Amino acid sequence: MAWNDKRPMSPHLQIYKLPLTALLSITHRITGVGLSAGTLFLVWALVAAASGPESFATVQAVMSSWIGYLILICFTLALYFHFCNGIRHMLWDIGKGLDLESTKKTGPAVLIVALVLTVLTWLVAFAAG
Amino acid sequence: MSSNSLRTPLGKVKGLGSAKSGTHHFLVQRLTALALIPLTLWFCFSLASMPAMDYASFTAWLQSPVSASLMILTVLVTFYHASLGVQVVIEDYVSGHGLRLASIIAVQFVCALLAVVGTVSVIKILIGGAA
Repeated sequence: MAWNDKRPMSPHLQIYKLPLTALLSITHRITGVGLSAGTLFLVWALVAAASGPESFATVQAVMSSWIGYLILICFTLALYFHFCNGIRHMLWDIGKGLDLESTKKTGPAVLIVALVLTVLTWLVAFAAG
Repeated sequence: MSSNSLRTPLGKVKGLGSAKSGTHHFLVQRLTALALIPLTLWFCFSLASMPAMDYASFTAWLQSPVSASLMILTVLVTFYHASLGVQVVIEDYVSGHGLRLASIIAVQFVCALLAVVGTVSVIKILIGGAA
């Protein structure tokens, strides 16, 4: 049956191009869930370090593999994104920057600052050894 | 029935009032987020500035009382924040009262378990170094 209703349709997720604001909003959720899962890795490292050198050697081997670095770098980026966008959310909560003009500026700013913090952290990491 | 009451007719009939905790989840989510701003920066840059990612460096770092304290704080606040956040996601996407409640309880139990396991590990590393 052909669609002949001339009235505007509500945004359909599969064909509607999400504006940056919406994209950042869902990314905040996705990174939040991902980071929650990522904390398992942190607890694993702590348990291994508490268990002894042999256990920690496994953690170290996984982390110094290329896939380990890939996961760690993605984790850092996700963490800093959630960090920056979370600050943006808290500023909204106290009524700052909730207008359309401000959100269009703070959205890209969140991405840039998250990227800068990620690069900075990894520069420190590689400089330290 | 007084006309100046803010309670809905349905609320009155069911006899269920406010649990006096409506804003608690919201506030604690933000409070833990606020605490995580300095803790996250400390955690990331401490790990990044470690000379090597080996057993000796990692345990030496956590054998300082300040690092151990901040690490325990990071673990506890992170899991509290995570459980609150994942709870909201479950409430939004999991339909069915039983499954939703079961998922939320499971997430809270797992988060509590991981928070305690992480804390005990940090204490063990801290004390292990003194012996």
